[in-house]
Amino acid sequence: MFEVVVEGSGPLFADPDADKAREFFRTKTRAMTNKIMTVKEAVEKFVHDGDYLITGGFGADRIPAAVCHEIVRQHKKDLIFAGHTSTHDFQILAAGEVFNRCDIAYVIGLEARGLSPNGRRYMESGKVESCEWSNYAMACRLKAAAAGVSFMPARNLMGTDTFKHSAAKVVECPFTGERYILHPALWPDVAAIHVHEADVYGNSRIKGISVADVEMARAAKRLIITTERLVPNDVIRQDPSATAIPFYQVDAVCEVPFGSYPGNMAYEYFSDEDHLKLWMKVEKDPEEFQAFIDKYIYGTADFNEYLQLCGGLARINQLRAEEYLIDTEGGGGK
Amino acid sequence: MTDHNTMEMMICAAARNLEDGSSVAVGTGAPCAATMLAQKAYAPNLVIIFEAGGVAPLLPTMPISVGDSRTFYKAVMASGMCDVMETIQRGMVDYSFLGGAQIDMYGNLNSTVIGDYAHPKVRLPGSGGANDFGSFAWRIMVITPQDSRRFVEKVDFISTPGYLHGPGAREEAGLCRNSGPYKVITNMSVMGYDPESKRMRVESIHKGHSFKDVQDNTGFELLQAPKVVETPEPTPDELRILREEVDPNRYIIGR
Repeated sequence: MFEVVVEGSGPLFADPDADKAREFFRTKTRAMTNKIMTVKEAVEKFVHDGDYLITGGFGADRIPAAVCHEIVRQHKKDLIFAGHTSTHDFQILAAGEVFNRCDIAYVIGLEARGLSPNGRRYMESGKVESCEWSNYAMACRLKAAAAGVSFMPARNLMGTDTFKHSAAKVVECPFTGERYILHPALWPDVAAIHVHEADVYGNSRIKGISVADVEMARAAKRLIITTERLVPNDVIRQDPSATAIPFYQVDAVCEVPFGSYPGNMAYEYFSDEDHLKLWMKVEKDPEEFQAFIDKYIYGTADFNEYLQLCGGLARINQLRAEEYLIDTEGGGGK
Repeated sequence: MTDHNTMEMMICAAARNLEDGSSVAVGTGAPCAATMLAQKAYAPNLVIIFEAGGVAPLLPTMPISVGDSRTFYKAVMASGMCDVMETIQRGMVDYSFLGGAQIDMYGNLNSTVIGDYAHPKVRLPGSGGANDFGSFAWRIMVITPQDSRRFVEKVDFISTPGYLHGPGAREEAGLCRNSGPYKVITNMSVMGYDPESKRMRVESIHKGHSFKDVQDNTGFELLQAPKVVETPEPTPDELRILREEVDPNRYIIGR
């Protein structure tokens, strides 16, 4: 038994009990069945009011934007959100005020692009209860959950106010006497991850960096996969080393081409910086922002309609050229 | 004498701290420009890593995000956050580069709130990966403008650890031994830390500024290194690489 040296005073939003998580996973189906559905159906079926929600990717890179839109469109409420490396995903969810509790490693900001005015207003409004972490602390929590254990030791946070406002605990190592922080396991109720390729069963491939999605997929109790494209199961079986997420973790598979837009999708399309700037601009005025959200999210039936409003294939083609560093204006054709 | 602006001066002064063959964990913005400059100008074997998983890329252009596709362009590995952070935690990363809204004399950084935590004047993004970088990397470097609203007596919230409250405090808290703040590079000076007191001290001052200028723009009493020198100016070569190869669109150096 470890003796706790010091502990954070932040709220723990998720139960770190490993046996309870095992009991849940015991009931999760192992059947390799076709899980194709629309994003609308997936959110209706697998995202419930009050759930702990986490989204994959990093910042605005490889994010499940369509699922975030749909959660807002369906007016989900009282969610707990994992603000883990989140930027535009947070921005969308804050627009719908769908969460009222938040584990914070990184929120509000859009990295070098600045702070989301609406995200700031929401987090300063007193409507959201928060707990502080770091990006790696949150990754540790997922890693513990993925491993089926109730905590993960690390050497971050200690001595800071981030620790004081976390729900972590510091103990002494029984081998060396060194102090370690223990991050409590996090089994999110539901996760959404955008991938490059998946088969109908949910076997999924991620190209490029995986961020914390390999751990996240295994920690989540329910998992919605959105994919750039569907591939036959044969393709998965030809190269099993490319599989990042196995089917038995997955509950829904939704084909959403350009599903990380306006974020970046490595090897597919670069981020739409103009559209991200538009979000930041209209957010300054709450009324203007409400009209913007009405048009782009509440007023669209699905993500494809949103893409059409944003320039459709023509815009995507520009972003594809940008991703591949192709100069489309340097030819002799004009 | 070369013609350059203060951002170019900061980036060049920062880049010179990264020696060839060392490793650095970096974010976007000025730190990334300094890292790219170092790699192209005098540290071709610099190992650059990004927290989202990019390991040793050959950066084609400045990344916009720490996880965008530039951060693993022609990289040796496209990994994940746990692998990268654990590489720093096990001692393989020499330098980390950070920013923050506020910094104090011990190099503690605030990127969480301005004002009281429960009722903040401004809610900021939070620690992000900065706490991890600041906890694990051997040497922590910060690039930020010299401004007494940024350099404050007491940060409103310690998001990322510097030397905490002084000598021995990091080790006492449980952080990695012999790690900690190393340099702060501003538009006026390069500062380090006094080895005994762990307090910030001025080591070199950029041409055109005096110690008084630096002190007047700092909200706490600065120490001085035994020999305070003038910061070498950017060389024509550094400026050419910075302007033509690192930031041709002037995203950073045009600020």
